[in-house]
Amino acid sequence: MDAKELIARRVAREIKSGMLVNLGIGLPSLVANFVPQSLGVFFQAENGVIGLGARPPEGMQDPHLTDAGGGFVSAVPGAASIDSAMSFGLIRGGHLDMTVLGGLQVDEKGHLANWKVPGKMVPGMGGAMDLVTGAARVVVAMQHSAKGASKIVKRCTLPLTAQRRVDLIVTDLAVIEPGPEGLILRERAPGIGLDHIRAATDANLIVMGDIPEMALD
Amino acid sequence: MKGALKPEAAAEMIPDGASLLIGGFMAVGSPERLIDAMVERGTKDLTVIANDTAMPGKGTGKLISAGMVSRVIASHIGLNPETQAKMIAGEISCELVPQGTLVERIRAGGMGLGGVLTPTGIGTEVEDGKQVIEVEGNRYLLETPIKADFALIGAWQADYVGNLAYLLTAHNFNPVMALAGKVVIAEPESIVPVGVIAPDAVKTPGVLVDHLLIRPN
Repeated sequence: MDAKELIARRVAREIKSGMLVNLGIGLPSLVANFVPQSLGVFFQAENGVIGLGARPPEGMQDPHLTDAGGGFVSAVPGAASIDSAMSFGLIRGGHLDMTVLGGLQVDEKGHLANWKVPGKMVPGMGGAMDLVTGAARVVVAMQHSAKGASKIVKRCTLPLTAQRRVDLIVTDLAVIEPGPEGLILRERAPGIGLDHIRAATDANLIVMGDIPEMALD
Repeated sequence: MKGALKPEAAAEMIPDGASLLIGGFMAVGSPERLIDAMVERGTKDLTVIANDTAMPGKGTGKLISAGMVSRVIASHIGLNPETQAKMIAGEISCELVPQGTLVERIRAGGMGLGGVLTPTGIGTEVEDGKQVIEVEGNRYLLETPIKADFALIGAWQADYVGNLAYLLTAHNFNPVMALAGKVVIAEPESIVPVGVIAPDAVKTPGVLVDHLLIRPN
């Protein structure tokens, strides 16, 4: 299993029956592949659909139905199409049960930076600031490190996405829960030891008792 | 509703220096024939207010490529490298606004409100220079209304009095923008007799629409 699939499978276990969930583009979008249809989860795409479905068969694409990355999608029974005001009303108004987003950095306060690298990458925040501010639960799905540098840091050096503390960080090495006292190590990836995680993490991790391996099924 | 225009005639109404609200999300739901006619005419120094600048060759991206835009207000420009390059070169000034805030600022402009109070952006660089207002113990940013000289709307169906209906994720910013343009030009995919769009299916009442684009040949 590659790192992205591992992260997506672990995040999928956070999604409970009947939730309304928004998945970011890129790695977070893979999570949908591991959520059983029987859970009755509705996925929202912030460009205006509740009940996002799988990619349509070749030749069946509808140009009026895309996800927030612009890719063609389908819709599931019970889907609703909405305008941007309603879409962000759901997000900011606390009606969205969970958002899963990628990250550039998360720090010891649980602050997320994921929208800008000054001087290098200025794409705009899109819906990220609203999602992190408003969703009932914020899960960050990202690789533990990028180009050898830890993405879990003492203090974010990149511009923050929101001042809200994120609820969970899932990486290819660990599951970490930010709390008022700092970052609590909850789980390790299969075959990964504590020393490995500590060495790969800039931030201080709070370790209490035995740390179990991630359950993935 | 004043009548149906050819795209060229609609493009001629838009002078150099105009501010434009343009519907669409990554060009889904954008008025493409009107944008093509504007590119043909070569209007200059436009302010484009839209969710994004799409990508080169699509939607608002065509206006960027043609060098017609001096100012952009958007939530995301990351999928159009030309917008980023022109921003870095100083040819375009970009104001990046969280997506939920952008739609609410336009809604405020169109609905006669003096602004909106949103928690999105608190504690981030979006807060810089803005008034923070505390209501019932929570802190909000005061975000000001947006209006424009024109709203350019992409719709699915219009009827003879200008009532508009939209499809799936092609709603996005369109219904909100139709309130906030001094002149509203809508480009439907088809124009149908009054009554075909049931009153309950009308998302933009025709009283808001000044001009329709005639249907494509």
